[in-house]
Amino acid sequence: MITLGIDIGSTTSKCALLRDGTELLATSLVAAGIGTAGAERAVAEVFEKAGIAPGEAAASAVTGYGRHSWGRADYESSELSCHALGARFVFPEVRGIIDIGGQDAKVICLDAAGRMSSFLMNDKCAAGTGRFLDVMAGILQVPVSELGAEAAKSAAPAAISSTCTVFAESEVISQLSSGAAREDVIAGICRSVAVRTAGLAKRQPLASPLCMSGGVAANGAVRGYLSEELGMEILFSDLAQLFGALGAAKLAWQKAK
Amino acid sequence: MAEEVKKKERPPVDPNSAKYKLGQIAAKAYSDAQAAKDRGEMVGWCSSNFPVEIPETLGLAVCYPENQAAGIAARGAGARLCDVSESDGYSNDICAYARISLAYAKIKDAPEQNMPQPDFLLCCNNICNCMIKWYENLAVELNIPLIMIDVPFNPDDTISDAEVAYVSAQFRAAVKQLEALTGKVWREERFKEVMESSCRTSRAWLAATAEAHWTPSPFNGFDLLNHMAVMVTARGKPEAVDAMETLLKEYRENHEKGTSTFRAEEKYRIMFEGIACWPWLRVTSNGMKSRGINMVTTIYADAFGFDYDSFEGMIKAYCLVPNAINLNLARDKRVKLCKANHVEGLLVHTNRSCKLWSGFMYEMSRQIGEACDIPVVSFDGDQADPRNFSEAQYDTRVQGLTEIMQARKEAV
Repeated sequence: MITLGIDIGSTTSKCALLRDGTELLATSLVAAGIGTAGAERAVAEVFEKAGIAPGEAAASAVTGYGRHSWGRADYESSELSCHALGARFVFPEVRGIIDIGGQDAKVICLDAAGRMSSFLMNDKCAAGTGRFLDVMAGILQVPVSELGAEAAKSAAPAAISSTCTVFAESEVISQLSSGAAREDVIAGICRSVAVRTAGLAKRQPLASPLCMSGGVAANGAVRGYLSEELGMEILFSDLAQLFGALGAAKLAWQKAK
Repeated sequence: MAEEVKKKERPPVDPNSAKYKLGQIAAKAYSDAQAAKDRGEMVGWCSSNFPVEIPETLGLAVCYPENQAAGIAARGAGARLCDVSESDGYSNDICAYARISLAYAKIKDAPEQNMPQPDFLLCCNNICNCMIKWYENLAVELNIPLIMIDVPFNPDDTISDAEVAYVSAQFRAAVKQLEALTGKVWREERFKEVMESSCRTSRAWLAATAEAHWTPSPFNGFDLLNHMAVMVTARGKPEAVDAMETLLKEYRENHEKGTSTFRAEEKYRIMFEGIACWPWLRVTSNGMKSRGINMVTTIYADAFGFDYDSFEGMIKAYCLVPNAINLNLARDKRVKLCKANHVEGLLVHTNRSCKLWSGFMYEMSRQIGEACDIPVVSFDGDQADPRNFSEAQYDTRVQGLTEIMQARKEAV
């Protein structure tokens, strides 16, 4: 049975196709999220990549902030459960997931059987989320995907302490105008996201193994600082940004089989 | 031409029902105060946990700014009034009830919930200390007297004789001040009647809310948020006794008949922690109801049930309101409610207006979750400022809570 998972986030739309809940056929990622045609494009792309017709998918599930407006999936679930399922698909023993998405950060704990036992999300502030990094990348005129590599060049991360995105923006500008090295400022930005997320994670009963999901997972500097702050190894997969879509495809299979 | 869609008319509310009676009492509190003002009598504004027995015994009409602010916020005007007070320099970080009330004292008109302007103020800080500055500013702005009863936050597990003596003396002094100010006379016989009514109303209220121990619950927990207005403003009145005893009777009948005011299948039972998110009441209610979640209990309901059998008992009751007691006692009260009502999850409103309540919830909710073995989820919001809430964030958290509760049921 082929199942489709759709994750419509605040900044991106992702899809995954699974066969029998175990074999990953294809994935897609479009840099356009809720309120755009991104989800439509991601769905078309994933079928095209897999070389199958949309009618061949027996069931589908949708997740992410755009889940309520999609209206065409057989099942709907929060991204919390889907990230948990997606993470377990890649790392079968995983017990904790830190998801930093465009709009929020989540810390999800799983029991030994893989069921979500608790979660904690950031408050309404954008600091510590992917949006924070987007804003900072904009000021520095660096593609957000390169922040991690740039930060890796730093030997002395600058102190970016503000918890407010707008105030942190002022801090970054001030650091740069005071002559701070660009890579140190970038490292400071990544570290501030990690410290803030670690504060959230420490309030949860985290168990190993721990992994990251969401777009920010690809930022090695954030991962490294987070691991340092938590004193725990953090697993990473190239599929991290697709965990929500993967989990949705898995959920559709679990429900429909 | 488009066909005219006739709005479905709601059947009239039975005048013998608790809903009707409670609605009438809540509305009458405002009209009685306005009538007193029109007669030239002095009218007060009163904080919610001030001993209602004092103005009731003296026959003084009082209005409750917290209730007014909740009503204004629920009817969509919270941001408008908050803007007024923020333009006057009040910080966006202070209580939105305070901001709305200070704005109303200035503009003196809010069609969403008008009430007469005050001639005196009655304040009690057992609910929070922001209340002190709020009322002090009202007193200065309006140039009217403020009578304060100081009920200190109690870090101990018991109420000391010294604290009872301290609060009792203030209670007696407040009576003398009000007699001098308004010309009304305190009569001990009347005081006893009021105490009796207040306790009977409270007992019926607490018993009615305790009917949630049945599964399914005979009522929707959101009902309590509406009915609570009477507990805040009118618990010392005989008509409140009748209305609350009717409510209790109806809930018992609902259980016997297998009916409920929760108009959905009750799949999950949760405790809701914190003041209601009034500007988003429908959204927060629907987010639960659509998933079969009934909010069966809340400490908020208990906060206005004052049951005592003596003057000293009354003083102790006002010293033991949930916001004036230490973390352990406050936690134990909630744990008791969770266990008695077979709660499966805890949803915490991190209320940006209420620093006291929300501040200690981070740790307290963790302890409640552990003690009751239930998942705990929180969302950001505000009791009256609509700008501090995100519907999408709320929805994801409630859905996540539902998914955990569902997984737990399936695992059994």
